[in-house]
Amino acid sequence: MPAECTIKKESMDAGHDLPGEGHKARIATFKVFRGDKNTGSEVEYKVPVEEGMVVLDAIHYIQRNISPDLAVRWNCKAAKCGSCSAEVNGKPRLMCKTRLDDFSSGEEIKVYPMKSFPVIKDLACDVSWNFEVNKKITPFTPKENTSWIMNQRDIDRVQEFRKCIECFACQNVCHVIRDHDLKPKFAGPRFFVRVAGLEMHPLDGADRLEALKNDMGIGFCNITKCCTEVCPEDIHITDNAIIPLKERVVDRYFDPVKIILRKLFVKR
Amino acid sequence: MSAILTEKPKEKESFGKTQRKDLWWFEPLVYAVGFGAFIFYATWAAFQGKHYEYGPYLSPFYSPLIVVDWWKFSPAFLILWIPAGFRMTCYYYRKAYYRSYFMDPPACGVSEGCKKYTGETAFPLIFQNLHRYFLLGASVLLCFLWGDVIKAFNFNGHFGVGVGSLVLLANTFLLTMYSLTCHSFRHLIGGFKDSFKCGYQYNLYEKISCGNKHHMFWAWVSLFMVGFADLYVRLCSMGIWTDVRLI
Repeated sequence: MPAECTIKKESMDAGHDLPGEGHKARIATFKVFRGDKNTGSEVEYKVPVEEGMVVLDAIHYIQRNISPDLAVRWNCKAAKCGSCSAEVNGKPRLMCKTRLDDFSSGEEIKVYPMKSFPVIKDLACDVSWNFEVNKKITPFTPKENTSWIMNQRDIDRVQEFRKCIECFACQNVCHVIRDHDLKPKFAGPRFFVRVAGLEMHPLDGADRLEALKNDMGIGFCNITKCCTEVCPEDIHITDNAIIPLKERVVDRYFDPVKIILRKLFVKR
Repeated sequence: MSAILTEKPKEKESFGKTQRKDLWWFEPLVYAVGFGAFIFYATWAAFQGKHYEYGPYLSPFYSPLIVVDWWKFSPAFLILWIPAGFRMTCYYYRKAYYRSYFMDPPACGVSEGCKKYTGETAFPLIFQNLHRYFLLGASVLLCFLWGDVIKAFNFNGHFGVGVGSLVLLANTFLLTMYSLTCHSFRHLIGGFKDSFKCGYQYNLYEKISCGNKHHMFWAWVSLFMVGFADLYVRLCSMGIWTDVRLI
């Protein structure tokens, strides 16, 4: 399919912002999900491409010129608020961080809402389940008589986890939630990252390992690293959060030598 | 929205359904072929029970060589369950074979189809949690492999270097790097701690963490090198290849 075509203003259903007649511009074809939690369909839109454009720009173009009722959640357009998560050609991504020049010329771009959460309307999902999970996590609880002095070396690991912008792309792509729908038993990678940040904190004194194993279902994670692949903040979720937490759970519940030593030498 | 939307039960999608347009199947296919080829060769080589020694060289599949009367099968089987268990429970290989063989999931954002899932919470996969014990066993085997490397430079009491010496050296080095960059080793070195009182321990933990980022690389190159090391010794022993003495 030719990447360039001559746009005639009257030929477009959303003509007013298009370049004038005879102007050469690349046109991108978008197929956007329109609907709600019960029903929906794919609607095709043609959008003129400008240099540096991202998928969210195209969605805004459609909203402004073609379908003002297209629902999309967004805020900063700088990959920092985590609002504009969607599935672009089947991959969970931030729309504001997905450049159109990443797609080959003439490639149709499908934009769908996150599959793991119920759709409110069009591209806006109800992610409130995540906030309910978050409430169940024991918050930062300082150790008794803590001095509040920390070494940078003790904080390095934790700082990586603070980069999370809660876009929930990791929750969306995780097959335990996406395919097996184990939401009641499984907290998901985002919350393993939060727990890792708390458990590894040098001043935190709370114990979340029992909750990790029993309530948050860390054992359901089979480390296929999709969460790490889609993280827009490049947090090494699996290697730096989930696996270290799994190892701590092994220390407590599965390592026979440690269990015996604890029973022999640790006073209750 | 005033209330949380109630979710309708998810309809199970058919296997492989996705909107992805890239070659998502290529990576799991490569893993499946690579891993499958190694398993096939290693199993065949273990069943042979011969051609595992040549001059000062001993195949890593048979090291340490245990020959006892009561064991009627190939001596490789007394050894191989340790590295096999180490690799099967390795956090990197788990990702690779869950995707390639179990299709759980085949790739990110690709439907698995309808099936029951218990992850690593139930038998048999709950035993993945014993990875650290296989690491311990593999570390003991590494000591023997380094001993074999020293022997591989000893030709009838004199120092010498053959291509086989270098092959065994490279193999043991790569296996050592694979073990040192293991996630469980990283945990045992310092990952279990919330606070590093000792700067040396932190520096060591940081170095292990740095290597851990490349664990996949060490996993694959060490896998193929150990297979090649066995093949080299085997073909020399069978007279098909000639070991060239460099020094």
